[in-house]
This record gives sequence, structure tokens and C-alpha cells, in this order.
Amino acid sequence: MEISEAKLGNGFLGTLPDSEETPQIVIRDLWKIFGRDPKRILKGPFKNMKKEIIQKKTGCILGMRNINLEIKKGEFYILMGLSGSGKSTMIRNLIRLVNPTSGSIMINGRDITKLNNEQLIQFRRDTFGMVFQHYGLLPHMTVLDNAAYGLKIKGLPKDERYARAMPILETVGLRGWEDYYPGSLSGGMQQRVGLARALANDPEILLMDEPFSGLDPLIRRQMQDELVELQDKLKKTIIFVTHDLHEALKLGDRIAIMRDGEVVQIGSPEDIVTNPADDYVKEFVRDASPSKVLTAGSIMENVKVLLYAWEGPKTALTHLNANNRKSAFVLNKFHQLLGVTKMETLLKLISSVDKPPVIPESAIRKITTVSPDTILEDLFPIVSENPYPIPVVDSDNRFLGVVTTDQIFESISVSEGEENA
Amino acid sequence: MLDFPEMDGLPLAEWVDNAMSWLLTHLGGFFDVVGFIILNVVVGIEQIFLNLPWFVIILLVGLAGWKLVGKMRTGIVFMIFMILIGSFGYWELAMRTLSLVIASVFFSLLIGLPLGIGMARNDKMEIILKPLLDGMQTMPSFVYLIPALMFFGMGKVPAMFATIIYAVPPVIRLTNVGIRTVDKEALEAAKAFGATKKQVLFDVQLPLAKPSIMVGINQTTMMALSMVVIGSMIGAKGLGMEVLLAINRIEVGRGFQAGLSIVFLAIIVDRITYSFSQKK
Repeated sequence: MEISEAKLGNGFLGTLPDSEETPQIVIRDLWKIFGRDPKRILKGPFKNMKKEIIQKKTGCILGMRNINLEIKKGEFYILMGLSGSGKSTMIRNLIRLVNPTSGSIMINGRDITKLNNEQLIQFRRDTFGMVFQHYGLLPHMTVLDNAAYGLKIKGLPKDERYARAMPILETVGLRGWEDYYPGSLSGGMQQRVGLARALANDPEILLMDEPFSGLDPLIRRQMQDELVELQDKLKKTIIFVTHDLHEALKLGDRIAIMRDGEVVQIGSPEDIVTNPADDYVKEFVRDASPSKVLTAGSIMENVKVLLYAWEGPKTALTHLNANNRKSAFVLNKFHQLLGVTKMETLLKLISSVDKPPVIPESAIRKITTVSPDTILEDLFPIVSENPYPIPVVDSDNRFLGVVTTDQIFESISVSEGEENA
Repeated sequence: MLDFPEMDGLPLAEWVDNAMSWLLTHLGGFFDVVGFIILNVVVGIEQIFLNLPWFVIILLVGLAGWKLVGKMRTGIVFMIFMILIGSFGYWELAMRTLSLVIASVFFSLLIGLPLGIGMARNDKMEIILKPLLDGMQTMPSFVYLIPALMFFGMGKVPAMFATIIYAVPPVIRLTNVGIRTVDKEALEAAKAFGATKKQVLFDVQLPLAKPSIMVGINQTTMMALSMVVIGSMIGAKGLGMEVLLAINRIEVGRGFQAGLSIVFLAIIVDRITYSFSQKK
């Protein structure tokens, strides 16, 4: 039985394509039960009972029940839940600060639940960086020594440690604070040290256990923004634990919501808010404003009339008249947006002396555009200042669609209506 | 009716006596070696204190009071204390007592720190050691003097043996508590970055437990001082002997002088060792 399973496992691994699509972390059937002789729970009838009942009848506490997750390389993955939901246990399992009761955790194709002590220490050194809620700094070491601590553990000589930690302290905005002790720094700055320490190892995977929960709201938002910026540059795999929905929606590529040690829903921020899997998630996202989640790209519409720069003013006018429009966007041959032109301008061109064969640049007015990632909240000031539909363009300025004030309000009221239903 | 019925209880006293005689016959050589080591250390320390000129010691104590404890005033008060002890004619006895205390503390730390660390890392060890430590601290200290006498005869060595047993519990306890109460996340952080057990101990546990360990050392030192005085009953020369003589001869004044000298020493030793626990 065991042999055939092992064979199956090897065969499975052997046939997996070694592409970007292979998840970096694969968690299968992971259980964690705290207490005396936890394996008996998995064998007996208690396995499928509720957490409270297991605790009452056996004294054991269910930490995680049958977790299955896949996390891609470079993904910003959020584990969200209330306290006691198992999210902290989950993240500690990945680095085996807590050992799972059963199940497997494959990281880069290696089952880390089977590592012995030396292998585990090496694996932690090579693969991970971790940031803690209460920073977990060493008060008797300076900021620089704290940031370089992971490198010290690896046995690097002092000069090299400092040489590698200094630029990272600078990245997190702590230049000039190297020789201070953590105790004299504010919470936000201490967490920057924590972040620097995690990054100094240049880890593939960054584990963050409620890193911003202890900070006051303004600093928290600032740190979130900086983390997003940093992640754009670094492209690490980040596993981020939080109980704050707004934080999750703002930061995450994907969110796994946990309750009583189980994963209840996995999805993009948009999925979670617009399609909550059950009442628990619904309750969770009740306060979430769709305006913080929905993006211009998700609500934009096509336009009926588009003008092209190579068309003559006369053709353009015909188009506008046929569709009963007073103005329209003008694109070039690469489908890039040039701007907007009005009927009056076109009429003037036709009646003018030189009668240009194409719409001249002077007749096209440049306008404000937004990217498809812009969240609705950020669209409000833009639509209120600009009376016409706002064009959505990609990073190469190619035209994708438009958003209008009506669409924005409609999308908000629709998702709120669903919630109330 | 109200009297406790007479019965043959556990022959505990008999067992202990048997165990003692077994130890004496079979481990006599071991105790000789231990005694030899203890004696050499304490005599070495005594030589230093007795051979240093008195004014050098007074200056050093004053300097310690000023620099370690905090204020220059403290240093001056310490120096006055020392001069008073000398003026009573107890300089040599005080130096002998001090040597005994320092040697006892040295051995107590040698035993206590590793035991405290072991206790913090091993729950079973804690369960076993805790009641043992309670016993060591609450047992009347005179009780240790009897086996100490039997193992090592009269003199400094048995006094120190009894002192070590009496004084070692606080440093063990506070090392254990200090390490166990180290910030959990600092500990997890070190582990998460791949620290070995040894790295965790020296980089995180011991430095963060240091204030607690220092309080333990302070308490151990104070207990050693009080026990060294009692140790005079089995022939350890020192201030305690003066007290003992005064009691035997009912000389109140002499007893007060000697007692006051012990108090002065105690204050100086306490403030200096306590200052270690306060510093960052």
C-alpha cells in the first residue's frame, strides 16, 4: 500500500511540467490538532465533528482541518480570518514553527513536513523571511545588527552582513538609524526593521504574520502602500496573515478566508466581495465597500463611436451624426488614444480654407485617462471633475473602454442590493 | 483521644543515615577531590583580598559604588562603611567572609546557570527540580551543616558546601523563569531565520533573560552572605565567628559590632550586584 502510494507520488511529480504555472507552495490535507495524542482524533469518529465538540469530548483543540491550498510564485496571498480561525497556525506550519499533525506541504517540490532538524534549519535559512506582529526584534542589538541577524545566523562575516543589510535598511527608509536600539524607535519604524531583517536574506518566500496590526491607522496605510510598491519591484511570494478585510482587499492577489481551522473561500478580492461563499464571509465583507474592490477594468463598457486619426473630418462628422453624438474619442492606428474631438471643431475644419485630409492634432483635445486597475473610490474625483465618460487605457495607452458616472453608481448599488438580499 | 496515635512511622531518619554512611564509604574519594577544589579556590581568593593593601580595597569599593551603583555619594558611603569595619578591628575577618561569599557565589553560578538553562528547556527537568529547590530553600540551613561536616570535616570547605546548597536555588529559579518568559516572537524570529539551538540560546534567550538572571545572582549572593555567617559554627573563620563568640560570652556590644559589620558588607554587596541587573 505504502509502496504504491510512493510510486504514485513520484510519477505525479515526474510528469508535472516545470513551468511558471506550477504552484510554488502546495498544501494537501493539512491537519493540526493541539493536545495529547492528536493522531487519535484523525482515526476516530471525531474527525468530522465541530471544533467545539472535539474540544469538549477529547480536550484537544483543532487548529487546522483538512487545508488544501496552492500558492503561485510571486503571488501576494492573504490568509484572513478572525482570531482563532487558524491563520497564524497555518503560516507557522509553512516554516514548521508549528508541526502539522498530518498532511503535506510541498515547497519548491519538496515536502517540508519530512525534513529532519538540520535540513529544516537549512531550508529556513535559504527560503524564508518572516515578519511578526510584535516585530520580534532583539532589544540588545542595534537596528543594523537586527536587520543583519538572519545573515549572522547563516554565519556570514560582519563586514558582509553589514554590507548587505545597509542598502535594505535604506530601502525601508531607515537610513541614519543603524546604530539606534529598537526600543527607541516607534512601532512603525520597528516593523520596518522587522521587514528589513526578513528581506536581508533575499528570501524566495516572505511570511508576514499580521505585520501591521499593531500600528496606528495612518502608519498602517503608509506601510501598506510601501509594501505594495516594494512588491512591484521584488516580486516575492508573500503569505500575509491579517484579520483586516480592507488590508486584505488592498494588498492581496488572492485571499483565503479561514474559520475554525477551515478554509471557507479562496478567491480574488473581487470574488470575495461580490460572491461571498457563505454567511460567514458575507458577514466579513459586509462593511467592505465595493468602491474599494471593483476596478475600472471590471465595470468599463465599449463605446459605439470611435474616430480614427487617419479619417477625414467629413467621415468623422458622418459617424457622429449617424450615432447622434456630439463628440468622440480619437485613436491612432495602434489603437492608442489620442484624445477627444467635438462636432463643432470638425464643422469648423470643414468650413475652413485648407480643409485638412485627416483630423489634425490641433483638433484633438487631450483628456484624463485611467488604468483598468483603478478602484472605483479613486474614480469618484475624476468623474466629478470631467463631464464626459472617462477612457480606460492600458500601460501602452491602448484604448480599452470607458467608465461613466452612471456605471459607477450602478455597480455600487447592484452589489449592495445583493448583500441585502 | 486527642493525641496522635503512637505508631511505627516511616524510618526516614534511619534511611537518611544509611544513605549518608553509604556515600561516605563509597564516595569518600570523590568528596576529597571536591573538597580539594573548593579549598583551593577559596584560599586563592582569600590570598588576593588579604594581600591587597586595605586602602586599595576601600578605593575599589568606593569606585564600584560611584561607577556601578550610580552616585558619587554612594561610593563615599561605601568607603565609610569599610573604614568603620576596619576601625572595629574586623578588617581581616571581613575579608575572609567576603572571600567565602565570592567563592560560594562562583560555585553557585557554575552549578546554577547550567541547571537553570536546562530547566528552562526541559519541562521534565523543571518538574523534578522545582520541589527540590523548594526543599533546599526552606530546610533550616543548620541541617546542611551536619552532612557537610561529615563529608568534609571542620573548616571552610564544609561551610562553603552548605552555603552553596543554600544559596544556589535563586539563580537556578530566576534563570529558568527568565528564559521561559523571553518574548515569544523574538524566539520565533530566531528560529524562523534558521537559528540552531545554540544560536537561539546565546543570541536570544540568555541576553533577553539577563535582567532576571542578574536578580537571581543578587539573591544568591545575599543568601550566600547570610549562610557564610552561619558557616562559622563549623569552623569557617570570619565575621560570623565573632558573633558566635559574642553569643557564647554574652557580650552584647561585641555582637552588635560584628553584626553591624555584616550589615555593612551586605549592603555593599547587594547594591553592587543589584546594579548589574539594572543596566542595559
